Amino acid sequence: MVTTHTYDALVVGGGGAGMRAAIELSDRVRTAVISKLYPTRSHTGAAQGGVCAALGNTEEDHPEWHAFDTVKGGDYLVDQPAAILMCEEAVEAIYQLERWGLPFNRTPDGRIDQRRFGGHTANHGERPVRRACYAADRTGHMILQTLYQQCVKRDVRFFNEFYVLDLLRADDGRTAGVVAYELATGELHVFRAKAVVFATGGYGRIFRVTSNAHALTGDGPAVVWRRGIPLEDMEMFQFHPTGLARLGVLLSEAARGEGGIVLNRDGERFMERYAPTIKDLAPRDLVSRAIYQEIREGRGAGPNGDWVFLDISHLDPAVIEEKLPDITEFARIYLKVEPTVEPVPIQPTAHYAMGGIPTDVDGRVVVGADERVVPGLYAAGECACVSVHGANRLGTNSLLDLVVFGRRAGLSAAQDALEGSLAPLPEDPAGPTLAMLDAILTRTSGDNAADIRRELQDAMFDLAFVVRSETSLTKMREILGGLRERYARVAIGDRGSIYNTDLMEAVELGFLLDCAEALVVSALARTESRGAHYREDHPLRDDANWLKHTLATRREDGSVELDYKPVKMGPYVPMERKY
Amino acid sequence: MTTPGEILQTSDRREVRARPDRITLEVVIRRFNPERGEDSWWDEFRVECDPLERLVEVLHQIKWYQDGTLAFRRSCAHGICGSDAMLINGRNQLACKVLAQDVAPTVRIEPIRGLPVLKDLIVDLEPFLQGYRSVLPYLINESGEPERERLQSPEERARYDDTTKCILCAACTTSCPVFWGDEGYVGPAAIVNAHRFIFDSRDEAADERMRILSDKTGVFRCRTTFNCTDACPRGIEVTKAIQEVKRAILFERF
Repeated sequence: MVTTHTYDALVVGGGGAGMRAAIELSDRVRTAVISKLYPTRSHTGAAQGGVCAALGNTEEDHPEWHAFDTVKGGDYLVDQPAAILMCEEAVEAIYQLERWGLPFNRTPDGRIDQRRFGGHTANHGERPVRRACYAADRTGHMILQTLYQQCVKRDVRFFNEFYVLDLLRADDGRTAGVVAYELATGELHVFRAKAVVFATGGYGRIFRVTSNAHALTGDGPAVVWRRGIPLEDMEMFQFHPTGLARLGVLLSEAARGEGGIVLNRDGERFMERYAPTIKDLAPRDLVSRAIYQEIREGRGAGPNGDWVFLDISHLDPAVIEEKLPDITEFARIYLKVEPTVEPVPIQPTAHYAMGGIPTDVDGRVVVGADERVVPGLYAAGECACVSVHGANRLGTNSLLDLVVFGRRAGLSAAQDALEGSLAPLPEDPAGPTLAMLDAILTRTSGDNAADIRRELQDAMFDLAFVVRSETSLTKMREILGGLRERYARVAIGDRGSIYNTDLMEAVELGFLLDCAEALVVSALARTESRGAHYREDHPLRDDANWLKHTLATRREDGSVELDYKPVKMGPYVPMERKY
Repeated sequence: MTTPGEILQTSDRREVRARPDRITLEVVIRRFNPERGEDSWWDEFRVECDPLERLVEVLHQIKWYQDGTLAFRRSCAHGICGSDAMLINGRNQLACKVLAQDVAPTVRIEPIRGLPVLKDLIVDLEPFLQGYRSVLPYLINESGEPERERLQSPEERARYDDTTKCILCAACTTSCPVFWGDEGYVGPAAIVNAHRFIFDSRDEAADERMRILSDKTGVFRCRTTFNCTDACPRGIEVTKAIQEVKRAILFERF
């Protein structure tokens, strides 16, 4: 049985970007948020260190300095007008969160306190600057809770544990709605609306070691990709330098912002050699590559020699207790290490997708090199690519991205919903989704989804992680071909209708394979090193040929087609990236 | 004085030494599936794992390789999202914050109590969230908005810090004997979230929340058993927060 619902606007995903959009939408039009998790389970809540804005509360700062850092941090693949706009709107976005009750840490005179963060500098790289507004090391948790509170206040309509599996488009290309699978019952629902905002988060689960939640399987990007929308800059995936060894659980950059340092097995503070000016506060791509270099040269620790250490033991215990309580607890619980007296084993961890669904600064999804607007379709947050992060996102700019562009997407979607009309549904709108699910549910024997997923994650970690090459990526593409064939035969153990999470995970695996393929094909083509994308066979940045965004599109025959579009330049001329 | 290098070598050696042999864990799970019948039953599984493996990953091993029908919620797997609160060896805990070595050789897992079970370890959260919503869990301030931020001293901010940590996992509320017995009681988590605003210097609706909580479904149902404080995976002093709300109602306002 298929139930049909009609709203003015839909938001897919109940994390920070989705709820920020929903707040704007629900004040103006009839809105529903469709989320595969309860909203407060979303991964925005795992963000720790802070959200940057040039408030200048503790020292001189300017949005323009923030924009420069963002563009340089992104290795000049950033669309500069978008970054400038984000950094200007950051200031009001933070005040808005505060007025909604977000419990920021305070300065002695009662203003929002600010601290240092990687890659954020005063006056175009002179010295680290205090720009990150924070609530201990649970800033993301407080943003998620505050946005949820505002949604409760507005009585926003949530469809929790509804999993969106298809995008509905009318023949003329207009957005007609989505199809969702209700986990509690196994029933399909068709949601019609004039505007749809995707805010489904990232896909770090394509890698074995990741800071990302199990739920982060690239659902939004994969769903729209299967409907002909290109994905932008998918090769740009951030590896955060300080993941808890073995597990990948994030230890916030705030640890280094507060004075923590990274050490190799000899106890050497090796970042002094790689980034002499800002040392341990260099951007994440640089620190992750430096760690790899140390490991390669035999200065890694741990049973396989592939760890280094984060040391905060020299910090005042009161500072650790007040400003870094959660990450200290992670080390205690999961590694049985006491950070106040000994260094914590770490390794780079897959953290954030800079790429995703291409949008303009109003969240409108745009396709092709000429950026044609897809009527009624929007994206915001990690699943989108504006692009404000370019080839490497600066710490804290993800939380900023989701409040600034979540709001903008909500506002423009509301405008569409007020002015537009419902697009006609395609014939048998739930048919393709039903067929996809039935194929898995009725197969009595076949390949185990967990095996395929594990092999995907292991291979991506070995071949498409911090260091890549033509050889490794070609091999990865071949492996993906084999995994796809096996996925076509995937079988599961649960054939029921109620909370069939076995089925859900099998569907998620299909989305992971799509995201991995878009990443690998895009990365193989980009024969340069830029930001997080490091090719050891092409170790230098190549502005003459590669100062452009990748657009990967799924063709009807299943192959992936690559196209490119220019980076929107601005006041900042690309220069060598030194810190 | 130990040098960083010496600490590292010690720590390195310790990690190598602690590189654990695998252990076998017997996992006993209370199952329920309305598609199979009205009664719950117990299933036993044996899982070989690293002693430092999180229990939520042990459950994954069972689901992925032994019984795909096993249903439980999880997401972040490091104690932040609040999805995987379960009754583990008689105590409400997050499955991602319990390590195999701490419960070996046998662990007994049941759904959290006091909420309708939908399937296996998944419960209906709606009654829990109703309690949360009833206390007006959002900042209320009608005095006009300043151009920049509202000021709040570090001391005023510290006053409600503890209760901002809540992740709505329901571990506290579903460990409370009063909540089990009385469906009307809003429960500890709702009171924690009321506390977070009642003691926030920027908020103006403390009276209204205290009126709600002095009702028969409110704080005076609490019998101070401290189960909630023991259950909280975020280390919130839940009982203390409830006592502070009680005291505010009795002595400050009403």
